[in-house]
Amino acid sequence: MADRPDSAAGQGSNKPSLSLHVPEPHYRPGDAVDFSHVDSGEAGREPRPDEACDPAEMRDLAYGLIRVLGDDDRAHGAWDPKLDADTLRTMLKNMAVTRAFDERMFRGQRQGKTSFYMKCTGEEATSISASMALASDDMVFPSYRQQGILLSRGYPMIEMINQIYSNRGDKLKGRQLPIMYSSREHSFFTISGNLATQTPQAVGWAMASAIKGDSRIAATWVGEGSTAEGDFHAACTFAAVYNAPVILNVVNNQWAISSFSGFAGGERTTFAARGLGHGIAALRVDGNDALACYAAERWAANRARANAGPTLIEFFTYRAEGHSTSDDPSGYRSAQEREEWPLGDPVMRLKRHLIALGEWDEERQEAMDREAAEMVRATTKEAEANGILGHGLHHPFRTMFEDVFEELPWHLREQAEQAVKEREIKFPEGVPK
Amino acid sequence: MSAPQAQAEIQTAPASEAEAGAERRLNMIEAINEALDVTMARDPDIVIMGEDVGYFGGVFRATAGLQEKYGKNRVFDTPISECGIIAAAVGMGAYGLRPVPEIQFADYIYPGLDQLISEAARLRYRSAGEYTAPLTVRTPFGGGIFGGQTHSQSPEAIFAHVSGLKTVIPSTPYDAKGLLIAAIEDNDPVIFFEPKRIYNGPFNGYYDKPAQPWKKHDASIVPEGHYTIPLGKARMVTEGEALTVIAYGTMVHVAEEVCRQKGVDAEIIDLRSIVPLDIEAIEASVEKTGRCLIVHEATRTAGFGAELSALVTERCFYHLEAPVLRVTGFDTPYPHSLEWAYFPGPVRIGEAIDKILSE
Repeated sequence: MADRPDSAAGQGSNKPSLSLHVPEPHYRPGDAVDFSHVDSGEAGREPRPDEACDPAEMRDLAYGLIRVLGDDDRAHGAWDPKLDADTLRTMLKNMAVTRAFDERMFRGQRQGKTSFYMKCTGEEATSISASMALASDDMVFPSYRQQGILLSRGYPMIEMINQIYSNRGDKLKGRQLPIMYSSREHSFFTISGNLATQTPQAVGWAMASAIKGDSRIAATWVGEGSTAEGDFHAACTFAAVYNAPVILNVVNNQWAISSFSGFAGGERTTFAARGLGHGIAALRVDGNDALACYAAERWAANRARANAGPTLIEFFTYRAEGHSTSDDPSGYRSAQEREEWPLGDPVMRLKRHLIALGEWDEERQEAMDREAAEMVRATTKEAEANGILGHGLHHPFRTMFEDVFEELPWHLREQAEQAVKEREIKFPEGVPK
Repeated sequence: MSAPQAQAEIQTAPASEAEAGAERRLNMIEAINEALDVTMARDPDIVIMGEDVGYFGGVFRATAGLQEKYGKNRVFDTPISECGIIAAAVGMGAYGLRPVPEIQFADYIYPGLDQLISEAARLRYRSAGEYTAPLTVRTPFGGGIFGGQTHSQSPEAIFAHVSGLKTVIPSTPYDAKGLLIAAIEDNDPVIFFEPKRIYNGPFNGYYDKPAQPWKKHDASIVPEGHYTIPLGKARMVTEGEALTVIAYGTMVHVAEEVCRQKGVDAEIIDLRSIVPLDIEAIEASVEKTGRCLIVHEATRTAGFGAELSALVTERCFYHLEAPVLRVTGFDTPYPHSLEWAYFPGPVRIGEAIDKILSE
């Protein structure tokens, strides 16, 4: 009898033994990186269908890559949103401010001013350009890496820093992990921290808007890794069933902490293609191309507003930094990946485009970056006057028990009294300042 | 809170015929349907969604006629996705609607648990009041209908354990209507468990005797129009001196019948909601009787009876003359053919009462 692989299954039979495929990324730390297998295609290559197009007639767009900005830094093809120079400069500025903000907050975490931070470096266009294509009162249900939406919508930066520091100025009363913002005034849903829960909620919001005959639509962002959650599939089903006016943005940044996109099924098909099985219009977009991100989101918004149905957009991008302050990407992926990423950096590409148009130059870019850094620095100082995490300037003690219910029930009242008593036992002379 | 004062706050038996006006008798399904109708007529932001709730009117008929009356935009069928149903309701609540989703059986609610526990229950807290989840999830629960292990469960303790959720369980048609209207109008998320064994009659645990319809029970007299029963106020079923029996849902009727047959002078308290809990009613009664039996159909270990037992022991210890006992379902899945061996019926309750009274 011939040797068989080490397997109990199929013993005594001639059937071939089965094998399990466990995905493995192309490159690990120290590996030389070659992204020639990534077909980025030519800018301007993809056709732009009518916004009311039947999803079945545009299925190639789920497998291609919508790109506008070419290697010549010019806009190409039918997806060129033809934005004026002022809008492009605003977009660039929002991206510069977001990047400066990320730098400062990351450093603040390293300096012990807070517990946690998450940068969106390299992914700025997927939130900033996309949200600029929406109306300011369209409701967004973000994941945790869309700080660019708040900064684009004019949310006060100091509120974001107060939240990150969980200080006495934090309007969320220090209850949430840093970066889990909420602003009803800016049509920005409270960030959960549990993954993909916001996706079907966005569909529900959009259904409500349709029930009421409103004109506002909903848009939501989720990472490619989190599309594996059941919530994502519930969202696609509900969006398709009720033809909900919603945009499902999937940010494929290649990595979910240390797990590459293969663990969400990325080896088999595109994430945009997830929409096709549901009968949802699907677009796959160069997420580092600010113009393409804007154009795709605007297409989907027009479609939703015209009652033509939901859209799933995959933004193909790259997470240039770690997942958060809690992981070191050099432990699981090759450092060369960032340098070799074939779609470049979204901020640099938009900058070069404006320069190519004769609407910008290096001096103005440097001045803008300096101003952004200075503005962030000054705002950080201002926020620090309200305290940093763990330094006593938090919300009053009793707020721990508020907002569990609209009214305080007896058991929480008793527990609040217990908490106060514990404090008196620990600090009989009063809480030290 | 002194005991007599708490005693005075307990609502006594519902709906004397005088206050109900003309004798209009409904079963629990009809009462629930009427509660939905009354609230939908008053508030255009209320929407009903769930599997088979639209044209068909629900597998238990609780939403019958509502789609025809209020339109498909306000009463509609959903995909078979409890996660999607609860999540969509959360999103609708964030928009400003007041959704009343139905989960066809409580046993099916688990795919929606993350949306209930991590989302609906915490929106108000995590957003410091910017967003709330004013939804009421209706779901039939409990056994006694030969539903087997996937159509018989009583998972209320899971929800009571979650901060931010209210858990309501009616035991009569009158209460079902008043509690459901209160739940829908409440601005916090509520899980509304409907004891499906008593949809059509007040099942007393004697499965081998003819079933009684609701129309022979006073609590089937249901006033027309709008009324509410506040969440967190227990109902005094019978006053008594010998022992306190704490129950809710179907088990209220079983306990009542057992005590009647045994001639025990029991004080039976129907909790109506377990969060919020009417602790004053419990304390006042146990301080008076000195003996306490807790009855629920759910499994025993870490069931809500454990919480009740701990509360009674912590707060009424020096009034107790016997150990607090629990009568519950067994810690097994709900079996199909041995349903009545599983069900905490008259024998199990009677034995526990004898034990408490013999101490």
